[in-house]
Parts: sequence; structure tokens; C-alpha cells
Amino acid sequence: MQTKIAVIGDRASILGFKAAGFDVFEASDGVSFAGLVDSLAVKGYGIIFIMEELMTADFEVAEKYKNDMLPAIIAIPGHSGSYGIGMDGIRKNVERAAGADIFNN
Amino acid sequence: MAVLHVNPTRMELSRLKKRLTTSRRGHKLLKDKRDDLMKRFLKLARENMELREQVESRMAQVYRGFVIAGASMDDAVLQEALMLPQKRIYADVRRRNITGVSVPDFSFTDDGDKSRDIYPYGFAFTTGELDASIDALYDVLPLLLQLAQTEKTVQLMAEETEKTRRRVNALEYVQIPSLQETIKSITMKLDENERGNLARLMKVKDMMIAKKH
Repeated sequence: MQTKIAVIGDRASILGFKAAGFDVFEASDGVSFAGLVDSLAVKGYGIIFIMEELMTADFEVAEKYKNDMLPAIIAIPGHSGSYGIGMDGIRKNVERAAGADIFNN
Repeated sequence: MAVLHVNPTRMELSRLKKRLTTSRRGHKLLKDKRDDLMKRFLKLARENMELREQVESRMAQVYRGFVIAGASMDDAVLQEALMLPQKRIYADVRRRNITGVSVPDFSFTDDGDKSRDIYPYGFAFTTGELDASIDALYDVLPLLLQLAQTEKTVQLMAEETEKTRRRVNALEYVQIPSLQETIKSITMKLDENERGNLARLMKVKDMMIAKKH
């Protein structure tokens, strides 16, 4: 099954991704983009990359699709650097599976 | 552990014994499943962390490149240069099964013309920095896509592992002990009835003998 790949982020971060051949969508800080993610999921996007700085405001969006095979919602650092949200996500997964954060370091 | 509310009869006893055997067998199977899931999950999670570290540090470089490119070029020219991509990237999704969990397997295709280069612009108005940052971004792409696959897999596996772990614990610490307790209490009750019956019979027999004499 062929699916499209989306990148959601602020203007400065998504520029390069557009050139690389992803479908890019602009969203700015603090504004909810839950509707956008929902519509992308319906439109058959398999992977949605979201800039970390946006994820701070709207983390439930990622939670919603967590147990579905598609779309994969992945946090990537924006141009202002990593906020550690992606890493936190992995830690949370480990904690859920093992019952304790065993990678704690 | 709470004893189940059931009638202390032989039928109930044999029914409970059957349930206990099934529970034990289920517990053993689920425990094996949990161990296997855990083993695979931890390996994937470790992979996921490494991938993410790599992606995060390399993305920072890519962004730095774009910032430098943006500084040395007019913003409008930069926007225009990157506006029309050479190709679009698609993810081909196939379903893969890891111990009963459906996870996506992404492979990537693009609809670009292989004979053309990756730069979506002519070189007349752009700087070398932009070329370098586009190159760097293309280098990170495979990693980024691999990260997407691994991270989704880890998410799905975490859910399944948690469910299995809970089931194992529920069987081990709730279901099986309570069945054992109930079986024990029914057995004791039946034995007690039996003893009571025997004592009564003996008493009746004594009374009958006493009456005869």
C-alpha cells in the first residue's frame, strides 16, 4: 500500500523538507493542529513527522493514533533544536512495557 | 485471596478444576509470550534510542546549514528555489507480524526522474551552502524513515507487552490463587459433609442397637 509522508512544522523548519519531496504543512506554536493531523490520517498519510516544539502544546494527538498501525506520528526536532520529547516518548514506551523505566540513566 | 461465590458441589468442583488447568496452561503460554515480547521490545527500544540520537544530532546540522544558506541569500529567492521539489517521496507500507503484533514495514519510493539531480533549482541564484544543506538532508532521510518505522513498532509493541504483562499477572496473582482457594474450600466442605454423614450413620446405628436390647 502506497502512502504519503507529511511534515508539520513552522515555516523555517519545513523549508528543506519540501525540497526533499515531502508534503509539508505549516503550523505555528500554540495553535492546535489536531484537526490537521486527523484530516491527514483520513487522507491516507502513512507517516506524519511533527516538529517537537509543536508537540509540547498538543501531545494528545500522538496519543490518539498510538495503537493504530497507521499513521506513524513521529516527533522530530525543529530548527530550534531538540526538546527531548521524542526521547521522553521512548522512555514512556519502555516504562509501559516493562513496568519501570529500565533505561534510566 | 477471595473465595469465589459458588455452590460447594461436586459438579462445581470438577468445573473449577478444569478452569484451573486451563488457567495454568494459559499462564504458562502467556508468560512465554511476555518474555519473548520483552526481549524483542528491549532490543527495538534500544535501537530506537540510538536512531533518535543520531537523527537529532544530524538534523541540527541540517538546520544550521539552512540557516546559513538563508543568511547569505534573499529570503524570496530561497523560498522560490525550494518551492518545487524534483520528486515526491512515498512510503510503501507492508504489514509485518512480530509475535502477534501487526507492525508496519516501510519501504520508500519516489516518483522522481533518476537522470536528474536532487536539487530542485538552477544554480544561478543560489549559494553553495544551500546545495550542501540539501545534500545533508538527503543523507539524513534514510535514517529519518528508519526512525519512523522503529518508533512506530516500539509504540505498538509497548502496548502489546503491557497487555500481556497484565494478563500474566492477573492469572498468576488473582485468577489461579482464587481458583485454588475455592477448590480447597469446596473440598473441605464436601469432606466435612462426608464426616457429618458418617457420624450420623454411626449414631443412628448405635441408637438402633440400643433399641434392640
